[in-house]
Amino acid sequence: MTAAAPAGPALEALLCSMADDEFVIGSSDSEWTGIAPVLEEDVAMSSLAQDEIGHAAALYGLLAGLTGRDADALAYDRPPDDYRHARLLDHGRGDWAMTIARRYLYETADAVRLDALVGGSWSPLADLVGKLRREERYHRMHVEAWLERLAGAGGESRDRLETALRSLAPDAATVFTPLPDEPELVRAGVLEAPMPALEGRWRETVEPVLRALDLPAPAPGAAPPDGREGHGEAFRWLWGEFTSVRAADPGATW
Amino acid sequence: MSERAVQVGIARTRAGAVTGPDTAPGLAAAEAGPDVGARTEVTETTVFDALAEVMDPELPMVSIVELGMIGSVTVGRTIEIALLPTYVGCPAIEMIRSAVEHRLAAFGRPVEVVSRFEIPWTSDRITPAGLAALATAGIAPPRSPADTRCPYCASEHVALDSVFGPTQCRSLFYCRDCRQPFEAIKPV
Repeated sequence: MTAAAPAGPALEALLCSMADDEFVIGSSDSEWTGIAPVLEEDVAMSSLAQDEIGHAAALYGLLAGLTGRDADALAYDRPPDDYRHARLLDHGRGDWAMTIARRYLYETADAVRLDALVGGSWSPLADLVGKLRREERYHRMHVEAWLERLAGAGGESRDRLETALRSLAPDAATVFTPLPDEPELVRAGVLEAPMPALEGRWRETVEPVLRALDLPAPAPGAAPPDGREGHGEAFRWLWGEFTSVRAADPGATW
Repeated sequence: MSERAVQVGIARTRAGAVTGPDTAPGLAAAEAGPDVGARTEVTETTVFDALAEVMDPELPMVSIVELGMIGSVTVGRTIEIALLPTYVGCPAIEMIRSAVEHRLAAFGRPVEVVSRFEIPWTSDRITPAGLAALATAGIAPPRSPADTRCPYCASEHVALDSVFGPTQCRSLFYCRDCRQPFEAIKPV
């Protein structure tokens, strides 16, 4: 039995944004399988990717329940422009420093978002988020350790990390792009606070950490209204990769 | 937790008791054909006993009951099983679901297996028997790295190699005394 869903289209937009975020970062992470810098990181990135894509599957499942669409169709059968992930995740896999910088900015933002959802009024999502938070804790430990390691190593490691953070800075806050009809979600008690407030909490978390490491901070100013649109070439390539098996034999079953 | 239970667990595993429809039929499947089911009383207890024969595909030395993956069993016109995934993205869930349906088919009633999150699975749900079976297979119980002991020589002189291991629920450690790498269940 599923609790009645409040704020229909707004809730669908929220689920779609979260599912697409997890699906896209998981797909990017999975590109390291087999080629990560060390064996432990090969295992770690593969495990992280598996977690994120699993989280996406659960979120697409909730969205499918609301819309009557098939979860796999939601994941694989949309054209690239219909995905609603944050532009932060659109920069391509890049080098190891880029991967760590992106994961750091995303995981910290996702944690703030999950904190604002766990006590929410729509139990299917609040229950799932309760479980997701337990897993994401390990993701943050992993990426925070790597951020400090690369920043503290000096030389090329640090240079590459600074370059990555600088190129991500303009899109760093796009996880908090306001959603369509977002006030509905807050009124219905699904989301504890609007995105600009969550963005403020996130900046209070990450800015002191980056400052202490003397690393470039996210660009100032609120997330742009189109922060989940206009996906570029890097995403189109990734989309081609993650839809390739599905496209190879449409309608195939396992 | 008795040594015997461990041995039974191992015996089951060795007999191929991972009873997914795609795996070789094991003891459980052999014991529980549809004829037997017709004579078996359907109660929460008998259903639980049957579930205790469904082994985890990724940790075949423990059953899904020992792992604490059964949230509830409701026996009515249908048999409803609330399954608590260890991880949201656990790739074994579909296999476990079909193994449960396959095993419970013997009771002759419709079976509904639903994944649920309102009771989150945590590593504290693993039973003492489950922990012992894992330890026998060289997998340490869920503890903080400082409290983790080598499952082979009980040394506390161990190092966490990687939080992430061969499956989502396991980390990699190394024992500096017996020089054996080992795995541990991640505390969640």
